[in-house]
Amino acid sequence: MHELPIVKSIFDICVKHATANNAKKILSVTLKVGEVSDLQDQWIQRYFDYLSKGTIVEGAKLVIKRVPLVMRCKLCSESFQVNVNERRQVECPRCKGTKLAYVSGREYIVENLEIV
Amino acid sequence: MEEIRLIEVKENILSDNKSKANELRDRLRSTGTFMLNLMSSPGSGKTSLILRTIEALKDELCLGVIEADIESIVDSEKVASRGVKVVQLRTGGFCHLDATMVSEGLNVLGPQDLDLVIIENVGNLVCPAEFDTGAIKNAMILSIPEGDDKPLKYPLMFTVCDVLVVNKIDAMGVFDFDLRAFEKRVRALNQNIDIFMTSCKTGEGINSWVNWIRNELKAFSTLA
Repeated sequence: MHELPIVKSIFDICVKHATANNAKKILSVTLKVGEVSDLQDQWIQRYFDYLSKGTIVEGAKLVIKRVPLVMRCKLCSESFQVNVNERRQVECPRCKGTKLAYVSGREYIVENLEIV
Repeated sequence: MEEIRLIEVKENILSDNKSKANELRDRLRSTGTFMLNLMSSPGSGKTSLILRTIEALKDELCLGVIEADIESIVDSEKVASRGVKVVQLRTGGFCHLDATMVSEGLNVLGPQDLDLVIIENVGNLVCPAEFDTGAIKNAMILSIPEGDDKPLKYPLMFTVCDVLVVNKIDAMGVFDFDLRAFEKRVRALNQNIDIFMTSCKTGEGINSWVNWIRNELKAFSTLA
């Protein structure tokens, strides 16, 4: 359910940038979404289509790039990729430390727009 | 044929809510109001914990409560009956509160007269974790009947909270809840989280929880 306010935010960003660039139409929108997010791609597109009806955004295709979860060990500074489904037993592969910080994986970014 | 242009945007989708949440925190610092966002699944004891907290603190602090429910107002009626300021936000189907909704609730309460505001977020372990409400600290409840596997299923919630209240410990004997395994799972996600064991039914552990609030308030007012 929380897809809707997030999609509204994506929609607003698209309209703002398309208008500022005198676009007639938006062809595609590339999003960068961290793997930790539980947003479902198909729902994002459905809500987006619903919101964009009758606007310059109508018909735009969402391209969703998933950003892998990367963590950094606070002890030895090693950065490493983590399988989201195995997050429960994460430890540093180099020093076995468990004090970790997020490097990436929680992004919600509108990367770019393709317009005409 | 029209030329296709690519515009670099690189704008954070949730930055709007995040900046509203930061504004709200500035406002709370200026009025010296500590706001706590309480999250959990439905039925884990949010309202009961709030009632216990009110009981313990109402003589020393001015309290306010922001209640969020998709439909009903039963929780706010319970809280109002204890003589504290309460505002009910009906989210109308939304599964979480965001900073704008909380800000409106706070306007109704009038934060300038309040030391502590507790937000009872919508009962849900998923969406509220994604949205910064503007609270100073985030708290969650996990009750014993829900099971010790919840950190595996809802990792983000356990990651974003500063404090975890394990409620209904009076029911420990009835359920196969492995407390050690649970704590290990929680710590793997969030090393520094404070954990309290309570029973809102018997009152066990409530003192330690309330002392945590007192200490946080003290730290907050020294900084503010």
